[in-house]
Amino acid sequence: MDPKYKRNYAFNGIAVLLLVGALFWSRGNLDGYKIQIMNLIAVNIILALSLNLIYGFTGLFSLGHAGFMAIGAYTCSLLILPATYKQTMFLLQAPMWPFSVMHAPFFVAVIIAGLAAAFFGFLIGLPVLRLGGDYLGIATLGFAEIIRVLANNMPRVTNGALGLKGIPSYSNLWWNYGWCLLTLYVMVRLVRSNFGNALKAIRDDEVAARAMGINTFRYRLTSFTIGAFFAGVGGALLASLLTTIDPRMFIFTLTFNVLMIVVTGGLGSITGTILAGIVITVLLEWLRFVENPITFAGMTVPGVPGMRMVVFSLALLFIILFRHQGIMGRREFSWDWLFGLFRKRREA
Amino acid sequence: MSLAMFVQHLLNGLTLGSLYALIAIGYTMVYGILRLINFAHGEIFMLGAYFVFWGVTLFRLPWFIAVIGAIVVTSFAGIIVDRVAYKPLRNAPRISALISAIGVSFFLQNFAIVVFSAIPREVQRPAWLVKVIIVGKVRILPLTLVVPALSFVLMMGLLYVVYKTKPGLGMRAISRDIETSRLMGVPVNRIIALTFGMGSALAAASGIMWALRYPQLQPVMGVIPGFKAFIAAVFGGIGSIQGAVIGGLILGLMEIMIVAFMPSLAGFRDAFAFILLIIILLIMPTGLMGEKLEDKV
Repeated sequence: MDPKYKRNYAFNGIAVLLLVGALFWSRGNLDGYKIQIMNLIAVNIILALSLNLIYGFTGLFSLGHAGFMAIGAYTCSLLILPATYKQTMFLLQAPMWPFSVMHAPFFVAVIIAGLAAAFFGFLIGLPVLRLGGDYLGIATLGFAEIIRVLANNMPRVTNGALGLKGIPSYSNLWWNYGWCLLTLYVMVRLVRSNFGNALKAIRDDEVAARAMGINTFRYRLTSFTIGAFFAGVGGALLASLLTTIDPRMFIFTLTFNVLMIVVTGGLGSITGTILAGIVITVLLEWLRFVENPITFAGMTVPGVPGMRMVVFSLALLFIILFRHQGIMGRREFSWDWLFGLFRKRREA
Repeated sequence: MSLAMFVQHLLNGLTLGSLYALIAIGYTMVYGILRLINFAHGEIFMLGAYFVFWGVTLFRLPWFIAVIGAIVVTSFAGIIVDRVAYKPLRNAPRISALISAIGVSFFLQNFAIVVFSAIPREVQRPAWLVKVIIVGKVRILPLTLVVPALSFVLMMGLLYVVYKTKPGLGMRAISRDIETSRLMGVPVNRIIALTFGMGSALAAASGIMWALRYPQLQPVMGVIPGFKAFIAAVFGGIGSIQGAVIGGLILGLMEIMIVAFMPSLAGFRDAFAFILLIIILLIMPTGLMGEKLEDKV
């Protein structure tokens, strides 16, 4: 084995150990609110990585993330809710048969949630991925809206507009960061493989890619399905983290937040997605203060509802207008780059 | 269903359809020229509605003046959106402009929440518009006659500008080939601004009439009508004004009629349009009256 690879493996191992240590530390020393933010960071990174695979690496402008998340969230919740509890919670109509009794441990439930989302991704991808560019965006947006309307109008499956409450909160730092690392690993391996090269070729020039003998449709569909799988996983983790879900949660704003992370980080950069995932999740929480009344030097300034999203949409506009490559562009972090930095400094 | 009921549903469908059509025209004109889905169009529609009711309640303007004023102010808002958010991205990848449009849409929505507050507001309607007329067995709301008629006049005006005037010639030229038009001396940026202005004026008119028909103002009121009107534009063939009108009318009639004939499906009302969209895109991606677009290599 090349010594460089050995070194990189070692450093990857050290980084994971450091993360585990940091999680141990924060579990003991941080309050519940901060832990919740850390959980949200992990979930948002999973969601943003999956959208980056679809949009950043394959060039498919998909606005259907909220739909996949809804499928994942509902599937997982129905699987981990105890059957007796479901009977009492479904006030409008009794739950339908397979949904009323099905039950699975959390890990299995999350995987099934991902598979359900992937299945729907495959089904919807089969027809709509033949469309290009912005038509695809609108069609996937339509798909997400249809899922939301269905969730609202199928009280025997989803408990309608009341949503599901009291979902067991199995999701904790270990599950979330575990899934986050797994997603990261899969994404890095995918993007660096030949499969990833084909995806990037399709993104950069579809006609040329087809001329080189790439079955563009099959690659697009595979990428879309994998992205949908992880979006479903993210939705499942989110459901267990928040413990209540309802159809109103899965409006377009949810997709917008994920899209915002991907665009800020840089389309086609995994490193950028992770950085932006951390920054934006923290900012989204931190900016809540502008919506609450602030007492400053004895004077109380009333909070302004809606201000948080005004700031965010302006930030998105600013990025797209003045730095549309985002934080990282298409560059990636690597140990080679880090050591190259030290070497250059030593030489200079 | 009795004939009288059918006529009433028909009028309701026609009203809804012409409101969709007015919004759809703005989408289709901008798409025809810039190949951009102007996501912020639904928010322009919302602004138009708010401005009128501000004018009427806050400044105590007479209805007629408030409507004209709101339409003018809203069309300037549309031009400013183009200047600030789309013009710097004319040569960037198309998707960048699309993300910018989504950003503008979110900005305007939340800006409206900050300025107008998220609490829905009731609209005080002029009494003569909502006094029911009874013709035989048919109960008619004057509004359902005024809205289609006014929309028809506005559309005729628009078609006149597009097909009979020089700026309209410029618009049609730009939608064919923007670079060549520039070389031929068409003032491209001014024509694009005019397009945004006209599209926004129609959206404002639609927003005002929408607020009269469904008397409630909300900062998010433009989202669903905006999406549906876009679908109407795709259905009619994006880029074609006549197509947008036909698409809007069909979509409006379809929504009202499906709910009228199958009341059990009422909850799914918002999903019809999106299902229609996906079907259209699959079997007829260029819509009813659209031109065939091919990938240029």
